[in-house]
Amino acid sequence: MSKTAIAEEQSSTEVSSSKIVTLRIAKFNPEHDSGQQYVDFKVPYERWTTVLDAILDVKKHLDHSVAVRYSCRQASCGSCGMKINGRPKLACFTKISELNSDVVTVEPMSNYPIVRDLVVEMDKMFANHKKMQPYVIREDSEITTPTKEFNQTPEQLEEYIQFANCIKCGLCNSACPTMAMDSSFLGPQALGQAYRYVADNRDKGKNSRLKIIDDSHGIWRCHFAGSCSQVCPKGVDPAMGIQLLRGYLLGFRK
Amino acid sequence: MRESTIMKIHYGTALGAVVLVAVHVLFRVTMMNYEDSLAYENVLANYKFLPYAIMLELILVLISVHGFNGLRVILLELKQGRTYEKAVTYGCIAAMAGLIAYGSRTILITSMGIT
Amino acid sequence: MKRNENREGIKGMANPGRYGIERFAYWLMRLTGLGLLAFFVGHIYETSKILNGKTAWENMLASTSTTEGHVFLTLVIGMCVYHTANGIRLMLGHSGYGVGKPARPDYPYTPASQNNMHKLCIYASIGLAALAMMYGISVLFGE
Repeated sequence: MSKTAIAEEQSSTEVSSSKIVTLRIAKFNPEHDSGQQYVDFKVPYERWTTVLDAILDVKKHLDHSVAVRYSCRQASCGSCGMKINGRPKLACFTKISELNSDVVTVEPMSNYPIVRDLVVEMDKMFANHKKMQPYVIREDSEITTPTKEFNQTPEQLEEYIQFANCIKCGLCNSACPTMAMDSSFLGPQALGQAYRYVADNRDKGKNSRLKIIDDSHGIWRCHFAGSCSQVCPKGVDPAMGIQLLRGYLLGFRK
Repeated sequence: MRESTIMKIHYGTALGAVVLVAVHVLFRVTMMNYEDSLAYENVLANYKFLPYAIMLELILVLISVHGFNGLRVILLELKQGRTYEKAVTYGCIAAMAGLIAYGSRTILITSMGIT
Repeated sequence: MKRNENREGIKGMANPGRYGIERFAYWLMRLTGLGLLAFFVGHIYETSKILNGKTAWENMLASTSTTEGHVFLTLVIGMCVYHTANGIRLMLGHSGYGVGKPARPDYPYTPASQNNMHKLCIYASIGLAALAMMYGISVLFGE
């Protein structure tokens, strides 16, 4: 039987040639390491390879012990937040080719305790988020009101929907200069979510939330550096939410 | 005192200080030659002019409050803890009061002519 | 085992790079604020010399009206103008002005609060400070 050659693919798309990048991973196992160590791995990448792809490549072929959190691989779960070349980013949303660097350094997000390697503890962030009472507060409910549902116009929805896009990735807290030092600061994620509920016309819990954030380690420790909004992968713009929220406390908004 | 009240004072003192410091600086550069404006007799005359002395006192209070509150904010962010935070707050208030007292002594004694 | 909080600390707070001109403005605001407070305390002390008579006042002037003193005062002028101008920008931002309007975000998710108006105001603050310093130099060294 004669061997037939596999037909060549006819495609106008330029085929990307595989290149090599040095992936420098910060490794730290608190059970037996005294400090962080950087280990270099040579990883091939294409035009479309993300940092997460590269890390998983290392995990598969070179070092099975690399600890990394990931899930959706499409920037909707917020699991793979880490520092990439010094800046907090989602690993699944960052292409190696975009970084324009021969060495890509990946480290765990700053301002969170390290569990191991690239995995950090997010408990404090979730606790701060819970403090903001992240639910619509009302005395009545949709079951008891005569209208059966709480009305909201498209314009009223636009007031807060941007802030509802938060995927709790924690990149904003990692970039915040106040979070770098102040362990009691609520953080841009929590404050942004406080605004999300205050701006929601269905919510009646504005005063209780404002009382919580009007604290020496609350909203007033934000100095509008804007780094949180610079790194947010979903366009939530927590800095905008925080400044708009301040308007309520300063008396500019009712 | 609520933090929002403290911050309203912080913003208010900032705005007040901007206007008054501008007047204070302009006094030095527009009325006469800058070097001459620093001469002992001219400075003394400034202090003896009551509205100017009141303005200096206001600048002293506004900038002390604004500056030491700013320092308090930076120090509170550096480290946390009940004892430390109380110490920083009361320390800044004490420093603020001390500086206002020291500066007011200069203004009062000089403007009353007891030098 | 004591948990390593992995906070960046002062190094992270004081690093003006990585995040654009707004982070640099924040860092400069802190620096100028501390510098101005230090100058203010010194200024209150040096002006109290007037209570000790003409000789003491002139001795104080002689020790501060040196080249180094004038250079330092020029820096103070720059710090004061920057801190004032940027402070006004921040107060407007804190009141909700110029931070943009909430809207449904779309790729590439450019934050509306980090807009050109704020960037322009930051550059204007730095420019005004430079101009004020040049004027200060002309007054202090021009005689």
